[in-house]
Amino acid sequence: MINYQAIRVIYKYEMLRAWNTLLQTIASPVISTSLYFVVFGAAIGSRIEQIEGVPYGVFIVPGLVMLSLLTQSIANASFGIFFPKFTGTIYEVMSAPISFFEIVVGYVGAAATKSLVLGVIILITANLFVDLNIAHPFVMALFLVLTCVSFALFGFIIGLWATNFEKLQLIPMLVITPLVFLGGSFYSVSMLPPAWQTITLFNPVLYLISGFRWSFFEVADVSVGVSLAMICMFLLACLALVWWMFKTGYRLKQ
Amino acid sequence: MKNIVHIEALSKTYDSGHQALSRVDLDIHQGEILALLGPNGAGKTTLISIICGIVSASTGTVSVAGHDNVRDYRKTRDLIGLVPQELTLGAFDTVWNTVNFSRGLFGKPPDTAYLEQLLKDLSLWDKRDSELRELSGGMKRRVLIAKALSHEPRVLFLDEPTAGVDVELRQDMWKMVRKLNDSGVTIILTTHYIEEAEEIADRVGIISQGKLLLVEDKQNLMQKLGKKQLLIELREMVEAIPAALAEYNLEISRDGGHLVYTYDTQSERTGITSLLQDLNDNGMSLKDLKSSQSSLEEIFVNLVSTK
Ligand SMILES: Nc1ncnc2c1ncn2[C@@H]1O[C@H](COP(=O)(O)OP(=O)(O)O)[C@@H](O)[C@H]1O
Ligand SMILES: [Mg+2]
Repeated sequence: MINYQAIRVIYKYEMLRAWNTLLQTIASPVISTSLYFVVFGAAIGSRIEQIEGVPYGVFIVPGLVMLSLLTQSIANASFGIFFPKFTGTIYEVMSAPISFFEIVVGYVGAAATKSLVLGVIILITANLFVDLNIAHPFVMALFLVLTCVSFALFGFIIGLWATNFEKLQLIPMLVITPLVFLGGSFYSVSMLPPAWQTITLFNPVLYLISGFRWSFFEVADVSVGVSLAMICMFLLACLALVWWMFKTGYRLKQ
Repeated sequence: MKNIVHIEALSKTYDSGHQALSRVDLDIHQGEILALLGPNGAGKTTLISIICGIVSASTGTVSVAGHDNVRDYRKTRDLIGLVPQELTLGAFDTVWNTVNFSRGLFGKPPDTAYLEQLLKDLSLWDKRDSELRELSGGMKRRVLIAKALSHEPRVLFLDEPTAGVDVELRQDMWKMVRKLNDSGVTIILTTHYIEEAEEIADRVGIISQGKLLLVEDKQNLMQKLGKKQLLIELREMVEAIPAALAEYNLEISRDGGHLVYTYDTQSERTGITSLLQDLNDNGMSLKDLKSSQSSLEEIFVNLVSTK
């Protein structure tokens, strides 16, 4: 038996929260994406011309989308569960006939949905600046969904783990942002010196961006199969961690 | 009498090492109003939190309507509503949205008519579109009650419901508690105000330093532990008690117009009849008699200080 009503109200509540802060949720990523286009696409891009046969302004689109998806999925999901913990309203969720699985589906589902919508909005915005052709739309959609879900899960874990606002910001700021910037969002790894190329291969975000970019241009730093395998592994790792948290009542129950 | 909640050997030691409960056994009767009375830090909130599933027990078991509250948590939580001690509410949700959220969380399909009546009963209907942060403390307390009742629970926990609440709301609340209780809802409330327990409860449990000292019918409790005093007003002042009356341990009031006789309601013979006879024999004529019973407050202070 699954408590569908509970999933429904949690999902709705989280979506409503985004609606109430629509400007923050949607407009700010759109504006920042546009800024990236102006700076990287127009100003710098005019000097770089092409990477592996793709105009620079177009080349950076997948990386830009990933940058927003990763940060927003994590921010949304971590805040969604952290805030009730912080204010104490979590007591109600904890005293309700609802399993950890249902809590996760509600919160993570909503966060993933929001970033999915965001990803689409960014793609549409990008299309205003450059001509986008997506070579493999289904693979692209698959990468979008997998990324949104796994990083929302990851954000949920951070939100559970965090005991204060600093910790909430810590991992996104110190880990995620550097990994995204160093993961080839704005360049091809082949442009780096060989030593750096090897080091970059240890960056999981590289696989994500590479695979996602392949679905657009059929240009990739690593093979798309490896990329898919990596994101699936990350998803499984997050699921395992959440399952363990569920088993132990981690940071929810005293 | 049927028990709706059965608690056995329940102990809780927090991660900090603090033992908040030690081997609590308690049966809560179906349909009763039980007051858990105890000073701050006694473990009342901990006990409630464990029953509701917010805190996990270190050892011991809780069952609700025959279901274990860990293994069969869906069945037990379905039956329970909780009004927490703190005014924990979201800031930007509206009253209407938040009660609908609560109902859904407990797996119940939406029921506009029920929730409308509920808000009306709690004088919240006019405020249904207000954001929670706009409400006064008393109104927030009402919202918490509405949330707790949104899924039609059979057992309602009220954790210090009158803390920081004005007289009007307190009266409303007791009215509502009685009405709910009449409809068959079992009610457990915690308080450190003795008058509250005295006013509303059928039974009183006294808890102190993590131990449940006793649970008794309110009347029994007061009789069992309460000493009665007989206040005897005399026609003439007395200065000393005649030697013949020494066995009664009488006290003379300060103005000398009254005698005070303390007796135990539990003992076989209260000694009142013979006292009156002896008073008469010693030539003291009575003007009036009055008896008084010690309040729960005195009982409570006695218990907590002696154990
Ligand atoms: N999360 C916690 N961690 C450590 N100690 C706690 C925690 N919650 C409560 N306590 C301690 O447990 C004792 C009982 O607290 P509580 O159940 O809130 O008492 P009451 O509700 O009767 O005032 C207190 O001494 C309190 O400080
Ligand atoms: Mg308390």
